[in-house]
Amino acid sequence: MNAPLAHAEPLVAPGESARSIDARISRVPLDFPHPVLWWLGFAAAFAVVMVMLTAITWVFVRGVGIWGINIPVAWGFAITNFVWWIGIGHAGTFISAILLLLHQHWRTSINRLTEAMTLFAVACAAMFPLLHLGRPQYFYWLLPYPDTMGLWPQWRSPLVWDVFAVSTYGIVSLVFWYLGLVPDLATMRDRAGPAWKRRLYGVFALGWRGAAQHWRHYERVYLILAGLATPLVVSVHSIVGMDFAVAILPGWHSTIFPPYFVAGAIFSGFAMVLTIVIPLRALYGFKGYVTDRHLELMAKVLMVTGWIVAYGYFSEFFTAWISGEEFDRFMVINRATGPYWATFWTLITCNVIVPQALWWRRLRRSASGLFVVSLLVNVGMWVERYVIVVTSLHRDFLPSSWGMFNGTKWDWALFIGTLGFFSALLFLFVRVLPALSMTELKRFVVTGEETE
Amino acid sequence: MSAARNLLAGFAEHDQLVRALRRLRELGCTRLEVYAPFPSREVDELLPGRPTPAGWLMLAGGMLGGSGAYFLQWYAAHDYAYNVGGRPLHSWPSFVPVTFELTVLCAALTGLVALLVLTRLPRLDHPVFAEPAFVRASQDRFFLAVHTADPHLAAIDVADLLRGFGAERIEEVGE
Repeated sequence: MNAPLAHAEPLVAPGESARSIDARISRVPLDFPHPVLWWLGFAAAFAVVMVMLTAITWVFVRGVGIWGINIPVAWGFAITNFVWWIGIGHAGTFISAILLLLHQHWRTSINRLTEAMTLFAVACAAMFPLLHLGRPQYFYWLLPYPDTMGLWPQWRSPLVWDVFAVSTYGIVSLVFWYLGLVPDLATMRDRAGPAWKRRLYGVFALGWRGAAQHWRHYERVYLILAGLATPLVVSVHSIVGMDFAVAILPGWHSTIFPPYFVAGAIFSGFAMVLTIVIPLRALYGFKGYVTDRHLELMAKVLMVTGWIVAYGYFSEFFTAWISGEEFDRFMVINRATGPYWATFWTLITCNVIVPQALWWRRLRRSASGLFVVSLLVNVGMWVERYVIVVTSLHRDFLPSSWGMFNGTKWDWALFIGTLGFFSALLFLFVRVLPALSMTELKRFVVTGEETE
Repeated sequence: MSAARNLLAGFAEHDQLVRALRRLRELGCTRLEVYAPFPSREVDELLPGRPTPAGWLMLAGGMLGGSGAYFLQWYAAHDYAYNVGGRPLHSWPSFVPVTFELTVLCAALTGLVALLVLTRLPRLDHPVFAEPAFVRASQDRFFLAVHTADPHLAAIDVADLLRGFGAERIEEVGE
C-alpha cells in the first residue's frame, strides 16, 4: 500500500467553496446547533466559575494563608498555575504569528481558535500573580506612576519585567485577534437574520466593507503585528523563565531556563489546542477544515517541542552533575527520590515517554488517540511546573529550614476554578463568534493565497 | 456635485473581477474601488493608489514607546535610588526587557489606531450598503465600483463592458 505523501494531502477538504465555508462556520453562532450539549457544557463550566469566584473572594477576605504556601515554599500553586496557563497561551501566538511568517499554510484553519485560547489562558494566568501578592487590591503598585510615596518599581527584577511582559502580551494578543475578526464580523453581519444581530455584529465589524484600499492597510498592519508578536511570545516565557533563573536556588538558577520554558510553553499549548480542537471539529463538522493532516502536523510539533523539553530536563541533571555542586546534585536526587518523587516520575512519563508514542503515524492521525496524549501532556506540564516550583523550594541549603508543601482545598478550588473559567469563555466564544477564520479559509480556497 | 455616481458591478468569480479590472486599468481608469471578501495580490497590484504608510507609522510608534520606556526606567532608577549590591543605578542590561515590551506594545497600538485612521473606520453607513446584493461582498461576491464621470470612459458604455466580463448585476450607487 502506497501511503500518499503528506504534502499531497489537501489542507481543506475537496469540494469546499466560499459559500460552503461561510455556511458551515457561520452556522455555529447563528443557528446554534446542538443547544443541549452546549448548555450542558456551559452550565458545568459556569458552575466551576462560581467555585473560582468563591475561592477568589475567600483569598480577599482571609489572605493567602488559606493556601498551602509557607516558608520555605512561598510560591506553591499560584506560580505553578501562572506559568502553566501563560505557557498554554503561547501556542496561539506561535500558530498565528510564527507559522504565518514561516508560510505554514495549515495554520489558516486553526489560528482564530488558538488566538482565542491564548486570550483566555492569559486571563487565567494573570489572576494568579495578582492574588499571590497577598494584598491584591494594591496590584497597581506594580505599575510605574508618580505616587505620593515616591516609590518606583524595581526595574532590575524579573518580577517587574513580568508585569510588562504579560500585560503587553495580553493587549497585543487582543488587538491581533480582534483585527483578524473584523472581516469575519462583517460576514456575520451580512449573514445574520434578526436586525439586532446584524447591528451588533455590524458595530463590532466597524462598518467593514472589504474595500481593496482598506485591505491594503489592513494586511500591512496584520503582517507587522505578526512580526511583533513573534519576538514577543519568545520574550514572555523567557522572562517567566528568568523569574526562576535569576534566583540562586538550586533547581532554578540555570541559564537553560528561558529557552526551555519557551519550548515547554509551546509544547503545553499545542497539547491544549488538540484538547480543544478535537471535540470541537467533531461536534460542529469542521473536519473539512481541521483535517487529520492538521492533527498530524500538530502532533509533530508536539513531538519536537517534547524533545526540546526533554533536553531541558537532561541538561539540568547534567549541569548538576558536572558542576560538582553538592546542593545542585542533591536537588536532582531529591526530585527523583525525595518526598515528591511521584510528581517527578509523572512528569517524566507524561512529557518524555508518552509523546514517543507519536512516532507511530496511525496515532498521529487518530483523533481519539491524540486527545488522550494531549490530556496527558497537559497534566505532565502542570506537574512539571509544580516540580520546578515546589521541589526546588522545599529543600534548599540548610536542612533546618526545609519544609513541605501541600495544596489545600482552596488551592485546588482556585486552580480547578480557572479551568472552568477557561472552558466557559471557550463556550461563549464558539457561541457568538466564528471559530475558524472564514476570510482566510476562503482566500486560501479561492486564490490559493494565504494571508501575508 | 450631486451627480457623483458609481457603477457597482458584482462578479461571481474572482478571476472575472480581475479581468474586468485589468481592462479598465488599460483604458486608463483610476477612479476605481474593489470590494471583496478577502484581499488578493492581483487586485492589489492592479489598483492605483499609494502604498500604505502603516508600517512607517508603527515603526515610529514603536521607537517612541521604546525610548519612552527606557527614559522612564532611567529616570525612576535615579529618582528612587535603590542600591542592590553596588550595581550602577543606570543598569542598562536590566532595562532591556521592559524597553522591548513597551516598544512592541506601542507599535501594536499605533498599528490599530493607524488602521482606523487610514481606513476612516468605524463608519457604519456607506452608500454601497444601499445595494441589497452588497451583503455578499463579505461572503462570495466581488464588487467593482467604477466612477461614471471618469473621462477615460466617456466614449464607452461601461455597463456593457462590465457585463462582457461577466458582471451579474450593475447598479448605480452614490459616492
